[in-house]
Amino acid sequence: MYNVSSKIVSKMSFAFIFLFLYIPIFIVIIFACNSSKSRCVFESFTLKWFSELFKDKIILEAFFNSLILALISAIIATVIGTLAALKITKLKKSKQNIFTGLNYIPIINSDVITGVSLMLFLKFFLNIFNKDFGFTTALIAHITITMPYVVLFVMPKIKQIEPNTLNAALDLGCSPNMLFFKIILPNIAPSIVGAFMMAFAISFDDFTISYFTVGDSFQTLPVLIYSMVRRRITPKINALFAIIFILVILILILINILNINSNKSKEI
Amino acid sequence: MKNFKHIIELKNISISFNKEVILENFNIKIKSGKFVTLLGPSGCGKSTILKIIAGLLKPDSGETIFNGENITNLPPYKRNINTVFQRYALFSHLNVFENIAFGLKIKNLPKDEIKERVLNILKTVNLKGFEKRKPFQLSGGQQQRVAIARALVNRPKLLLLDEPLSALDVNLKQEMQFELKEMQQNLNTTFVYVTHDQEEALTMSDFVVVMNEGEIQQIGTPQEIYNEPQNAFVADFIGQSNILNGTMVKDYRISFANEVFECVDKGFEKNQPVDLVIRPEDILIVPEGEGKFNGVVDTIVFKGAHFELEILARNIYWLVHTTKYYEKGKKVGLNFSPDDIHIMPKLFEQSTNIIKAVAVDEQTISFLDVEFKTNEFKLKANSKVKLIIPPKSISLVSTDSADLVLTLDSIIYKGSYNEMYFYYEDEDENDGYILVNSEYEEEVGTKLGLKFNFNEVKILN
Amino acid sequence: MKKHYLTFTPYCIWIFLFILTPTFVVLIFAFLNENSNFTLENFLNIKNYFGVILKSLGYTTAATSLCFFLAYPISYFASKIKSNMFKKIFIIAISLPMWTNLLLRTYSWMTILENNGILNNILKSLNLSPLKIMNTPIAVIIVMAYDFLPFMIIPIYNSICKIDENLIQAGEDLGANNFKIFKLIILPLSMPGILSGFSIVFVSCACCFFIPRLLGGGFNVLIGELIESQFMGSVYNPWFGSAISIFFMLLIILIIKITQKFNKTETENLTI
Repeated sequence: MYNVSSKIVSKMSFAFIFLFLYIPIFIVIIFACNSSKSRCVFESFTLKWFSELFKDKIILEAFFNSLILALISAIIATVIGTLAALKITKLKKSKQNIFTGLNYIPIINSDVITGVSLMLFLKFFLNIFNKDFGFTTALIAHITITMPYVVLFVMPKIKQIEPNTLNAALDLGCSPNMLFFKIILPNIAPSIVGAFMMAFAISFDDFTISYFTVGDSFQTLPVLIYSMVRRRITPKINALFAIIFILVILILILINILNINSNKSKEI
Repeated sequence: MKNFKHIIELKNISISFNKEVILENFNIKIKSGKFVTLLGPSGCGKSTILKIIAGLLKPDSGETIFNGENITNLPPYKRNINTVFQRYALFSHLNVFENIAFGLKIKNLPKDEIKERVLNILKTVNLKGFEKRKPFQLSGGQQQRVAIARALVNRPKLLLLDEPLSALDVNLKQEMQFELKEMQQNLNTTFVYVTHDQEEALTMSDFVVVMNEGEIQQIGTPQEIYNEPQNAFVADFIGQSNILNGTMVKDYRISFANEVFECVDKGFEKNQPVDLVIRPEDILIVPEGEGKFNGVVDTIVFKGAHFELEILARNIYWLVHTTKYYEKGKKVGLNFSPDDIHIMPKLFEQSTNIIKAVAVDEQTISFLDVEFKTNEFKLKANSKVKLIIPPKSISLVSTDSADLVLTLDSIIYKGSYNEMYFYYEDEDENDGYILVNSEYEEEVGTKLGLKFNFNEVKILN
Repeated sequence: MKKHYLTFTPYCIWIFLFILTPTFVVLIFAFLNENSNFTLENFLNIKNYFGVILKSLGYTTAATSLCFFLAYPISYFASKIKSNMFKKIFIIAISLPMWTNLLLRTYSWMTILENNGILNNILKSLNLSPLKIMNTPIAVIIVMAYDFLPFMIIPIYNSICKIDENLIQAGEDLGANNFKIFKLIILPLSMPGILSGFSIVFVSCACCFFIPRLLGGGFNVLIGELIESQFMGSVYNPWFGSAISIFFMLLIILIIKITQKFNKTETENLTI
């Protein structure tokens, strides 16, 4: 069934898609090491943009803004979302459907519309308190878009816990109050971590929602990049991109090595 | 703690889910130190009883007495009772050691003691060296042992086991049966074991409680249950048998298969209809003409240790176990002795259907949402009549072309046909059973369509 | 029990305050004019932008279809490799680009497709005539398909992986050839993944305002950009912006409902 010609087609399609996906990424990284500022002619190899990156206060500030915003919003979204998921799974089917429906609104809605609706609504409040868009509004917006993903990610895992395991814990003397810490939390911990990472990534890379809700005083990295993209991006951004990309890969490798190691130790 | 004769006692327990009554005024006492099995088909309430004892379900009414103490309102985590759950319910995030130590850690026992007890129990269940493994790295049998160890390490006075072997394959099952029995004897703990597998129940238990539809059918030792079934349900559930309709002509005389035979039972009324059972291994095959009656071998199947034959004699298919091979079509004689005939009172007293009905007009009769016309009688409108509907006049049809759709409540094979009882409820709280004799085999609890042959229905004023 | 309600309230408040109310605010804005009086003008105004809407749908459909034709073969071939290690690596490799900045990836395409860009430099060195892709619909469609490709591959790959191997063997056993097995078993059974990929990519493309702005050369205004410009640009008309947002929201819901219905009948047919 799996003959030679289909093997060739298969290999070609893999090659094509991965080249398609990764060539633009590598171009960004390669041009981080370009000695000239040109965005399409590579002159000679240099690492000067990396050192200059660390002198550029605007880029660094935007980077740390994004980092802090992503971290705080992901923590809050993960906590609220997980607690909600625990409750939603206990509701009756009909109520459960209402909440999952509401939960889907920001996911299905396109970012532009979520962005403008939040902007309109927040503007109304800001006018009352005589405040301006900034970190707080961005935080609210980011929690709003990441929380539904947390709920969606954690809920199936909660549903997977067999009711008999809970009964078994009760049977062995575990009080209902301890059930959460002894059984439920350890069981769903991996998906909570996964949900947190996803929330962090969505928030860190988000441009559209931030664009409408950060205002002028607070700049995230994607918003800064957008303001540069229309003219010309400094290779310092390429350098930052390269660093982040390599960091992401290292983290992924690390996680998988840890997983493999813990799996191996189990296999005695 | 003082040891009472009965470790657990359920008094007048009633419980229902979604308005469906599972147990009503259920009573049972279980002796200390015994291996007791609750045996019955799925849905008979046996697992519910286990959950009530464990405290995982709260009965609507009634009391649970544990070792002389009323624990009805005690939550499960405060009871000195542990359970081995169906499909083990191991904690997937903990390894074997942590799983077993779970209950001890919650009791805040010193670490050394926990370690010692866990390692000891691991030895008992033959899992030494498996401490570090996670449940998903174990085979079904090993997971089973962990589940048992996890419960036993707490030294419960009472261990509940909810179909613990149902997920294992046959060989492993048999091995575990012996191990469980041995463990129970060594630990001298009371085991209450729930299963629907009669072989399991008979091999392991000191006492078997046979249940059906929330009611105890019989309590006894495995031998008693097997040799002296109290009714046709028990006889049918406990293994393959020949169950037949008979009539007690007088003491020590029973009539079945068109003949009167000698038997060892007495104390029935004269001419009382009864059920009787003859186990397939109690029937001897003898040369033609030398037995109680003659028959023809209809089928023969090799079952490993014996042959299973169906012999057609006097319009009844007799199930017979023998070690000798007989050709299909061979004429043989069948023999059995008086004490091989076990006589039981009928599950349902009726042997035909007598149903109240109302005449709608002169020629139309209505009962249980069924209406039919008759020419035999001139009836007064609104007069009450009784109908006698012979079981053989009712046939099973698909539900959309049926006169009446009812749920099958009981089915027992009576040699040449299935005796089925359907439960019905009438408007004026007149409920009862409709008896149908049919060749079809159906599962208890299914809704089936009944069609009446009204020509055979007798109408009494 | 009460404790659980306490932990649930923040979520409910959040949903109400920041998801439901803003949507409601947009709805109200859509029916107001600048003097805060009730009007239907904003909705009537939408018809003047019918061309933009049609063009948006056209671009989006093209990009989503391109995305599908790129995604399906690789998902299909990848699903044939059963090793767990491969599955893990495949999913990571496909989703890795999603964890990098969308804008920079888009920017990178600008450097590739520009008139003096990398692609044309390569063509030039091969003595081929340069292509003019930048600032054309083709550039917009390619980059849309590129940006959201992982969102198409992953659901399709997952749904093909879920297909019971026995079904395929049963198909072979019944004499179906590879093409027939694909057409009669694999394609219909992977439909849920295809549809969910389609709807995610379609919605994402439809409202992405910066891709057409950066690669479309400024004259290819699409609906996302139209909405954005009503709120952030010099036109500033949030009332009309709200109306067109509501209109687009309904359009998306309609599309999702249709695909869901299609999906249901598909699976129903299969179970019969």
